Formats: sequence, C-alpha cells, structure tokens
Amino acid sequence: MQPLVELNHVAFGYGAELVLEDICLHFHPGQFVALVGPSGAGKTTLLRLILGILRPTHGEICIHGQALKGRPAPQVGYVPQLETVDWNFPVTVAQAVLMGRVRQPNLWPWPAEEDKRRLREVLEQLGIGDLAGRHIRNLSGGQQQRVFLARALIAEPDLLVLDEPTTGVDMRTAENLLHMLAKLNQQGITILMTTHDLNAAAAHLPWVICLNHRIIAQGEPETVFTVETLNETYRGDMLVIRQDGMLFVQQKPHDHSYRDIVPNPVPGEITDQSKNLSYRRERGVR
Amino acid sequence: MTFLLEPFQFEFFRNGTLAAVLAGGLCGLIGVYIVLRGMSYIGHGLSHAIFGGAVVAFVMQWNFYLGAGLWGFAAALLINQTVRRTKINADAAIGVITTASFATGVALISRYRHFTRSFDAALFGNILGVTPADVWAVAGVTLLVALIVFFFYKQLLFTTFDAEVAQIYGVKTEWVEVLLALALAAALIASMQILGVTLIAAALVIPAITARLLTDSFNRMIALSTLLGALTGLLGMYLSYYVDVASGATIVLLQAALFILVLVITSFQRRAARRLMHTHV
Repeated sequence: MQPLVELNHVAFGYGAELVLEDICLHFHPGQFVALVGPSGAGKTTLLRLILGILRPTHGEICIHGQALKGRPAPQVGYVPQLETVDWNFPVTVAQAVLMGRVRQPNLWPWPAEEDKRRLREVLEQLGIGDLAGRHIRNLSGGQQQRVFLARALIAEPDLLVLDEPTTGVDMRTAENLLHMLAKLNQQGITILMTTHDLNAAAAHLPWVICLNHRIIAQGEPETVFTVETLNETYRGDMLVIRQDGMLFVQQKPHDHSYRDIVPNPVPGEITDQSKNLSYRRERGVR
Repeated sequence: MTFLLEPFQFEFFRNGTLAAVLAGGLCGLIGVYIVLRGMSYIGHGLSHAIFGGAVVAFVMQWNFYLGAGLWGFAAALLINQTVRRTKINADAAIGVITTASFATGVALISRYRHFTRSFDAALFGNILGVTPADVWAVAGVTLLVALIVFFFYKQLLFTTFDAEVAQIYGVKTEWVEVLLALALAAALIASMQILGVTLIAAALVIPAITARLLTDSFNRMIALSTLLGALTGLLGMYLSYYVDVASGATIVLLQAALFILVLVITSFQRRAARRLMHTHV
C-alpha cells in the first residue's frame, strides 16, 4: 500500500540551527498517530513541514506519492492550537466552519447548497448542531475545539492534522475529544496529532512517535513507552507504571520533597500530623 | 424639506456630497479588513506615503492618480513583505516605510521651491474643489473595491482571520495580500482629495470599530461599517455646510461622536447583561 505521507531523510533548521534531522517516516491511510516529545523538540515544525508551510532544507516530503515542493498539502484538514485563535474576531460558528470549504469552486461569497448541507452534517456529527449562529468566543473549550475540528472535517480531508488538541482543556473534554477522534479514524480518516499528554496517548492512540529533533522511537505505546525511550526523549527521569492493563507515565519527582522547600503548606497552621490531630480534637473537628 | 434640499442647488455641494458618501462607504468597507488585521495604523502611514508619491508624480509630470497610486501600492506591498519575511512587526514596518516616503515628498518640495501646485488639498482635503472627474474616480475605485470584496470574499475573510491556516487550506495568501494592498492604495488615493492625508486614517478605522462594537458577525460588520461610513459622509457634508466648518474634519468628528455614543451604549448593555447573569446565579 502506498503511504499517505512519506518523509525521506528530512532535515529542517531555522538559520544554522537544525531543529529536525534525518526524519524518515511513513503514514499509511487509516493510521492514528501521536507525535510526542518535549517542548522545543520540533513537533510543530514537523507538522508545518507536512502541511507544506515550511520547506525542508534537506530531504523530501510526499503526500499521495507527490512531492510537496513548498506547496500546501492537498486534502489536509488542520486544527490549530486553541491559543493561536483570535477569539474576538467577529465570526459565528457557521462562518468559521465554512472557511474549510474555501477550496470549493464557488464564485459567490455566500455558501452553496452543498456547503450548507455539509455544514449541517458536520455540526450534527460533532454534537454542536445548535451552536451554528453563536459567536466563537461564547463557547466552552470543548465546543471551541469541535468548531475547528468541524472546519477541518468539512474540507473532506484524507489526513487530519491536530496541533496539541488536548492542551488547555480539562481532562474530561480531552477524553471526549480523543474518543471522537478515534471514531473519525474508524471511519477511515488518517489522523496525526501532537500532544504532551502521554497518558492520554497511551490510552487512546494505537501508534506513537517519540521525537526530540530526531525520531527516538515509534510503535505501539505498549512497546514505545519504556523508561529508556522516554528518558532519551525527554532527557529526564521518567517513571512508567503498568496497572490493570493500563500504562501510566509520570516524571519522577526531584529527590527532595516539596516539604523541604515549603515546610508549611498553609502558613500559620500546624503542619505536624500529631499536633494537627490534637489540634483538631481540641476543637471537636472530625 | 427646503432645509434638506437647499445646499443641493450648488454644484460643489452635489459633487462633494456624492464624493463624500462614496469615499465614506469605501473607507468603511476596506477599513473592516484593516482593523481586523490589527493594522489600523497603516491607513495613517500609507496616506502619508501616498503624499510622497503625489509629489514625485508632480515632479516627474506623471498623472497624479497613476503616480501616487503606484507609489502607495508599492509602499503597501513593501510593508506586507517586510512583515512576512523579516522579524519586524507591522507597526515598525509601517513607521519606517511610510515616513521615509513622506520625507521624500517633503524633501522634493523643499528642493524644488518653484512649486506651482499647492499640496494643501492633499494634506487637509478640499471637498469644495471636487470635480465631476474626481467623483467618477471615487465611484470607479468604490466599484473596483466592492468587486474585489465580493469575488474574493471567502479568501479575504480566511486570510484576515488566520493567514497561516488559510494557506494550509489552499488560499493563495500572498495574492490576497496583494489584492488588499491594491484596494487600500486605491481607496486612499480616491479619498485623499475629499478627506486629506491627515484625516483618511480616521475614516478607515472609526466606522469599522463602531460596527465591531455593534455586531459579532463578519457579514453584518462589513455592511454596517460601509453604511456608517457613507451615512456619516452625507450627514457630515450637511453639518459642514450649515456650521461652516471644514467638511473632512466634520465627517471625522461625526464618526468619532457616533463611536463614543455606541461605545457608551454597548458598555451599559454589557454591564446590565453581566448584572442580570449574576442575579440569576
């Protein structure tokens, strides 16, 4: 099967400093991939290369077997980080989502019947059908994320690229979003996303790539998320816990306890456990 | 009724009013894109740059509209490219390029002291001197800009909202920016005779931000801003006739007064809505 995305020995640098070196990757149609790595590892740069915004200084990127050569990738839907969106811009949910139809050959400024049909379909699919007329600022974090996911989906993409979709939303919203992405992936959409949430990646994504300027490892989370690989990726002291068939990743705390730095969590209060108990007993607090 | 029709017996008022309505609407329309791109200062800067172009056109004996227009278009493109390709922010790029251009004009005026042409009209506007040819020029530019906005509506909207993402979705943002620069330069040239270099910036920005206060919808903002620009052009002309104050300044003062009124009303509305929400919570 021909890969959907191919990166052959790709390198990229801002000036003399190399951000990415010798990246060789293949994404096949139907894959659901998380790109993980510390801040500054080159995750967003790699996405921008795949999207065709940046041109590699070395190597080649092909989509559907066609080299990008500085052109934007065709049939790609992109969901940016929420923090990059101008929430005061005067657009409603429907207007923001319809931007995804900009490639359609429609001469008139108003949406065609097909655009309106797809808009209704996508909003319903993502459970935001009743928000079409609302301004994008007046939405919850999860709803805002869905709006930009809807904009990507209305473009009918082969590849969906998301930049840190779980950042800035609560755990439940992140969980729902990843569940939704898994459903979209089951419908045949290839998904590539960056994330800092290693536990969510371990629980929801079938394939992860560890990146720190180069590919450290890739594969299923079960095999990739090992202490050695994560230590090399994050250049830190990582902890991997397996329990009830689940995998949890945690950064090992520093040697000293927080009590060495902050001996008294609530200034003025008694912190010693025995004193605390007697203090509570004296006041009849259970 | 006589009160309304009386000024129209004068040709200068008929020409001036038509030009003011068209220029007001034109600046209101293009101003939406300028304000939403966070480049409000470009109107001020570019109008000064065009003044430099106007002087160069006079010295070189070129057609005023062509010379100043090309100069303004080149300055707008240079600002866009400087922002796009360097680490320099928009405000700094506007500051450098447009003041250098203005300085060129001033230097040429001081060098060629035998100037026969007064540039007062270009600086402060001279609505009484608007000829039918000027009205046609404003009408032509208004039509051109309206056509650009109509046929490139989706591309302009997406590029204004998020140029980088628009590029990913296949919008040729470089060309959209060229179109916008062309439309802006043309709008400034057309409005220069009416409002003057010193007041154009206000006519670009005030209707757009007033409209932004009134709506959260892009389509409505475009319509409202254009309407406010045209309406204040018309009312400003009447006011200037009866109060006997310079028409460009009257139009801009009227727009500013309307902005303050809308700001006060919408602030009260927001406060009332917040209070209502707290009482329900």
